[in-house]
Amino acid sequence: ELWLPEDVPAAAPAGFLQQLPSYQSALRRRAGGSRERRAGAQGSAGLRAAEPRGPEQRGREPVAQPAREQPLSIAEKRRLRDCQQADTKYLSGWKQWKRTSSKSLKKVLSEAKELSSYLELWRRDIHSIEGKFGTGIQSYFSFLRFLVLLNFIIFILMFSFVTLPSIISKYGIFNSSVAKVPPKNTEPHCTVYKPSGNEGLVYFYTYLKDLLSGTGFLEVTSLFYGYYTIDAAWLSVLSYNLPLAYLLATFAYLALSLLWIIKRSVDGFKQNLVHGEDQFQSYCNKVFAGWDFCITDPNAAQLKHRSLLYELQTDLEEERLKRKIADRTMKEKLRIYSLRIFINIIVIAVLSGCFYSIYRATVYSQENSNVSIRHDIRTDTIGAVQYLPSIVITLANFIAPQIFSFLIRFEDYSPAFEIRLTLMRCVFVRLANIGVLLFSLWSHISGCDTDKCKACGYNYELYPCWESEVGQEMYKLMIFDFIIILAVTLFLDFPRKLLVTHCSCKPAQWCGLREFGISDNVLEIIYGQTICWIGTFFSPLLPAIATIKYFIIFYIKKISLMHTCKPAARPLRASSSNFFFLVVLLIGLVLAFIPLGISIAHISSSKACGPFRSFNTSWAVVPDTVRGFPAGLQQVLHGIASEAFAVPFFMV
Amino acid sequence: TCEAEAARAAMGGSASLLPREALREYQELTFLSKQEILLAYKRFSALLPKEERVDVCSARVPESQILTLPELRANPFQHRICHVFSTSEDGDDSMSFEDFLDMLSVFSDSATSDIKSHYAFRIFDFDDDGTLDRKDLEKLVNCLTGQGEESQLSNAEMEQLIQNILEESDIDKDGTINLSEFQHVVSRSPDFARYRGVR
Repeated sequence: ELWLPEDVPAAAPAGFLQQLPSYQSALRRRAGGSRERRAGAQGSAGLRAAEPRGPEQRGREPVAQPAREQPLSIAEKRRLRDCQQADTKYLSGWKQWKRTSSKSLKKVLSEAKELSSYLELWRRDIHSIEGKFGTGIQSYFSFLRFLVLLNFIIFILMFSFVTLPSIISKYGIFNSSVAKVPPKNTEPHCTVYKPSGNEGLVYFYTYLKDLLSGTGFLEVTSLFYGYYTIDAAWLSVLSYNLPLAYLLATFAYLALSLLWIIKRSVDGFKQNLVHGEDQFQSYCNKVFAGWDFCITDPNAAQLKHRSLLYELQTDLEEERLKRKIADRTMKEKLRIYSLRIFINIIVIAVLSGCFYSIYRATVYSQENSNVSIRHDIRTDTIGAVQYLPSIVITLANFIAPQIFSFLIRFEDYSPAFEIRLTLMRCVFVRLANIGVLLFSLWSHISGCDTDKCKACGYNYELYPCWESEVGQEMYKLMIFDFIIILAVTLFLDFPRKLLVTHCSCKPAQWCGLREFGISDNVLEIIYGQTICWIGTFFSPLLPAIATIKYFIIFYIKKISLMHTCKPAARPLRASSSNFFFLVVLLIGLVLAFIPLGISIAHISSSKACGPFRSFNTSWAVVPDTVRGFPAGLQQVLHGIASEAFAVPFFMV
Repeated sequence: TCEAEAARAAMGGSASLLPREALREYQELTFLSKQEILLAYKRFSALLPKEERVDVCSARVPESQILTLPELRANPFQHRICHVFSTSEDGDDSMSFEDFLDMLSVFSDSATSDIKSHYAFRIFDFDDDGTLDRKDLEKLVNCLTGQGEESQLSNAEMEQLIQNILEESDIDKDGTINLSEFQHVVSRSPDFARYRGVR
């Protein structure tokens, strides 16, 4: 060791720390270098006494640091500020003006921030949740609020660029008209589409059935793709290219979501990049920054104590476990690895089981609902058949995580890794289920064996307007998800709470209240959001439904939390949970790109409905428009689109 | 100043409101917004007995009263907080209105992390000697895990934990953590940025 502990005075390490580059850069960021005064002092008396020494140095350099950033009592800060103000007389006019203008600017900014904080949605609710349950659960509700806003903005985007022009033109407001160019080069049989809007006398429950499954009267509204059968909207003399607008609005909302999520996760990313997965400084983090000062409720404080104790004990145990693992013999390692491989095989088997059942359910539901339509039988198709894919997906989403958390106990990982691996598996199950559903739908839609079918490019008999079908499927998923959340809260949580409070028998007490599992709830809403992103292309008003849905879910979850749940014994830390939610959301978004990309660029758009009737695929409208541009602009666009430019651009 | 204005208000017999000059000064000297200062004024007056409410600025509230505030009631560091922020010469840890504002300012969202880490160090320094030694750390951990026999770490676990903490933060290996080392380690702490949300 370089220093012997007895020799070195306590002040020397402070000097050494100031040489560190990180410290220097922090210094440079702050105006003026008046830090040395505080760092040198030792002892609390010294800390307080350090500041009054400052004013003597004043003649040489002006202190750019405002009084309130000094760790002093208000009386001493007042003295410091008076000294600073007396000092400004000695400064040059330029420096004086700079200082006063920066002060007034800061004042203006703080006023603006105060005003804007009133506009924040649910500020008081989230505050009270934070006080009672801590920042971990509060981050879930902030995340929910973020999704409400995101969906609302997406809805405004789609509505103003796609729905509004269509409605204006269709109803002839503002002297507008519609241009419907008949599709060229297509077989006439491809263009037959007769949506069964309700005609004649129908029972009332048909309306309810249609509301729940998006068929019937809903199918012909602007909710679904089939409504937008316009090629150009003429508003007086301006022509509005609706197909192009539709496509560009889709790209716009995807890009907007991507940018917004990335912006929100930038801070968390920096933290995680620095700290990574190793335990560097995690003990200091937990001990020095462990207490959640937002807690005001003694019960919540008790829970926080217990969770801190649990966390510290788990970490210490994990450290002991790591040392044990390092000492493992060869034979033990072999046994553990073969066990893990075996369990992973089981996991894959479970996943394949889920996927296969979803595939079968989708095929069955499509066949049975279409048979009745084709033969024009207005039978009461039992809601269950329509909803079969949704039911199967929800069951799979519920059962698979239970199986995973049971299996992982045998794999003998460290506790933190266990939690992470289970979460990753659950995320994968939820998002892959949607993928399988879409894949089975598409294989059905593009499954073509007759020549007539091949001429259209898709299965025109069963799906004259296949985009509306997909939109309906997404709509059903979303509605069903919402109903399930409502039902679970009403029929599981509240009775459970009543049981626990009024019945003091052993089984009831052992069962206890439901824990508010943050990760489960977050996966739930991310699943809903992925459906929304995929479905908005096929059903432009879906974001509005999503906004309303999340708005109501906020209140449901809040009531459920306050009255029927107890907080989780092992909460995720607030800092890492925020970043985790956003990363999973990002995965969902990227996953949404894939089906949309395939639908837009690969599968032929339906010739019987929608804005892309006269094009081969939905994407074809873009090259078409570009061909109409002047030659110079075309060159530029081709240059941008060429690989030499696009790839580095996206990298950056 | 606050006292002069309050005296004038008392003579005029008007209700005890925070005078505008004082409000502006406090906005300048603390990190609190106008709303927060007014709210703090109201809450502080509520802690005083009726006779003293006229002259809020110079009144001192005993520690027992301060600890009835909801933010501090459930806080394991309540006594240390009162001790650190109190400017009472008698050493009885009573707080004046300005001490109260100081406390809220350090705990507010807009306070710099420097200020927060500085005061955090003083709060954790149970024996007020300017460094965090083993005894301080032990008391700190016991505060975190709660009072009571079953909610404390065993001796072996405590040793292991303190060893780890010192390994991570004690750069000069003298067995204690001084202010610079503390600020250094806490500036990298991801949870510390969201620290201190007393409102």
